[in-house]
Amino acid sequence: MADKNGFFDLSKTGLTSKTALTRRTALKGLAAGAGLAVAPGFVRYSQAQSSAPIKIGFQSHRTGIGAAYGRWYEKTTAAAVKAINAAGGINGRQVEVIIEDDGTDPGRGAEVVGKFATQHKTDIVFGTLFSHVVIGSAPAAGENKMPYFVVSEGHHVASTKLNRYVFQPGITDVKSQIQSMAPWIAANAGKKVTQIFPDFAFGYDHRDYLPPALKAQGAEVIAQIAIPPTESSFTKYFPQIPAETDVIYHVMVGPAVLTFVKELGEFYGSNRPQLFGFIDSLEATDINSPGLEFLDGSHFWEGSPRYAQADDSEAQKAYRAAVGIDDNGAAVGDPKDVSTAAHMFGCWETLYVVKKAMEDAGYKGPEDRAKLVEATEALTAFAEGPEHPQGPKTFNGKIHQCFGIQNISKVEGGKLKVVHKTKIEDGLYEAEGDYTTQAL
Amino acid sequence: MSEASPAKAYTLHLGVIALLFVLSFLLPEYYHGLLARIMVLAVFAMGYNMLFGYVGLLSLGHAMFFAAGLYGAGLAVIQLGWSVPLAFLGGVACGAVLALVIGLLALRTTGVAFMIVTMMFAQVFYLLILYFATWTGGDQGMVVPQPARVLSLGATSLELTNPTVRYMTALGLFSIVLLITSAIVRSRYGRVLVAIRENEERTKMLGYDTFSNKLAAVVVSGTICAASGAAYALLFGYVGSSFASVQYSILPLLWVLLGGAATTLGPLIGTLFMYYVIDITSGYTSAYLLIVGIALILLVLFFPKGILGSIRQRWLGWLP
Repeated sequence: MADKNGFFDLSKTGLTSKTALTRRTALKGLAAGAGLAVAPGFVRYSQAQSSAPIKIGFQSHRTGIGAAYGRWYEKTTAAAVKAINAAGGINGRQVEVIIEDDGTDPGRGAEVVGKFATQHKTDIVFGTLFSHVVIGSAPAAGENKMPYFVVSEGHHVASTKLNRYVFQPGITDVKSQIQSMAPWIAANAGKKVTQIFPDFAFGYDHRDYLPPALKAQGAEVIAQIAIPPTESSFTKYFPQIPAETDVIYHVMVGPAVLTFVKELGEFYGSNRPQLFGFIDSLEATDINSPGLEFLDGSHFWEGSPRYAQADDSEAQKAYRAAVGIDDNGAAVGDPKDVSTAAHMFGCWETLYVVKKAMEDAGYKGPEDRAKLVEATEALTAFAEGPEHPQGPKTFNGKIHQCFGIQNISKVEGGKLKVVHKTKIEDGLYEAEGDYTTQAL
Repeated sequence: MSEASPAKAYTLHLGVIALLFVLSFLLPEYYHGLLARIMVLAVFAMGYNMLFGYVGLLSLGHAMFFAAGLYGAGLAVIQLGWSVPLAFLGGVACGAVLALVIGLLALRTTGVAFMIVTMMFAQVFYLLILYFATWTGGDQGMVVPQPARVLSLGATSLELTNPTVRYMTALGLFSIVLLITSAIVRSRYGRVLVAIRENEERTKMLGYDTFSNKLAAVVVSGTICAASGAAYALLFGYVGSSFASVQYSILPLLWVLLGGAATTLGPLIGTLFMYYVIDITSGYTSAYLLIVGIALILLVLFFPKGILGSIRQRWLGWLP
């Protein structure tokens, strides 16, 4: 900065000679500026900036309700950064990750984004999962003109209700996921679906997006049972499930899911409808935990498979090895430390999107953040491979959201086996707005 | 405890305001933004202090008043397209009306029952926010759009997203509330409130209508908390149900206890202290709440009346 100030001081010297600005003084000023630009100090500045690491602010859920996810998001991020740095970094610069805990709290989340922007002076902010933290932090990202790459799967980014600086290029959103599930459910599980969901936003996404998606496939939701988030026993809700139900679609989350499954098993015994759920309920939870036996034979959505599959690509195998998860999706050396495999791949893939966008933009520093936003918006597709081990994706720069394949897995012998992979097209929907019309 | 002369108290308050004004030009960028947030939340604590510190009523439901202002102002902008000043007044009015209704009902109880009743009302308020998710955004909350957060003063437009405007607006609100609360607690009415805290039966015997006085205190307290909530929504652009959760009922209690109950500047000191302890310790360990807990225990052991309360008791008896 000293050199920059020097530049302005010199220019000012040229203009404060109490004479009118003539062509000669202007030329002198320009010459002085040009001279300084090639001066040793300026060169040092340029070199310092070009070799300084790219700083990524990682907004982590280290404490609070998202802590289990946060821990695995950190592991995946560390693995991705290690791989990127080993391959030469971004634009020849190493990547440095600075972590701040947001406590899974939207108020603290906004403060953390501000801290990254004004104290750590990171190039971007990255890694947020929980929707309320993303929504709470988005205004701070927009105000600080800080590119904010989230790995949340919420529909909030694609809804275009946030701002131009918020992106979700590494994981699909829940609207797309639900829409992708409907054809398989209607064709394989049954036409009459009863939904059981928690009575808050995560549940509402499923409540709102599943019925039209199923209707388009000739199936229908015949009952929707919302369960208060404070509920600890569920038996009283089960009589509300219509007798003609073919499929129970459940998305219960949190510790109560074990009780939910156990009580559902006791209610139905061996004669139950088909079960379909989202693995969000059981992320970081051993599928073989006592009480979950009732899930045997049921199906789950998975973003990326927890268990190693027979047909895993080399990229998928390399990714799992780099992150350090075994064939059962648990930490290598600690079988009880089950990962959040269905979501955490998003951190890996998002960092490679950031790398690509920074390279496309010729990103040098925070002054190029607007260029980075435009370069990210210009991306259209990511091929499956080491950088995108979960699968190929398309990217809609207008809504800042990627679209990809989804996995449907069956619980068999205490493991999740992928029985169907959806197509990218299954999850596409009409854009609800256009971020690119907003000023940078 | 010796009584501070009005001039001494007002000089101190004006000095603090002047110091905060000067800090706006001295603080590094991050702490500048953080202090703006702290001043807004200190107003929340000042509202809480009005009821807890001066009347002795321990509420565990003040998050609902903060949230009433937050949602009142936020929804007015998002759903109704109101201007910033109108939305702010709308948020404050929501808090005042809610405080009146809650006061009329909750003041039928005292002591532990008052704590439980206020906590239950706050829980109802929180669950209503989740229930009416279509309008409130439920647990995810809503963003107050950046273009709407502009304060128009005649031909001049001030963007509340601008750090200086935001800081000065927060300082303006903090200063007004500090001077108002200071005037209230030094007034005849303020002395009645303290009398109620010290001995309600005796105050009744002296002919005071303690219910009306306490109700007025609940309304003033709730209105100040709502002003803080409304300012938070407009200055920081986020409206969410977590601000109505029980955590945000406990926080102002902690801030006030730390800074010193029944001191005019205690709420600011307590909020500052908690914020900085969390901000600094979270940079070193994920167990920072443990450190916060230990700090709180030490404070309670060695400064049972809070930081300013203990200073007033031991050294500066004139502190307001």
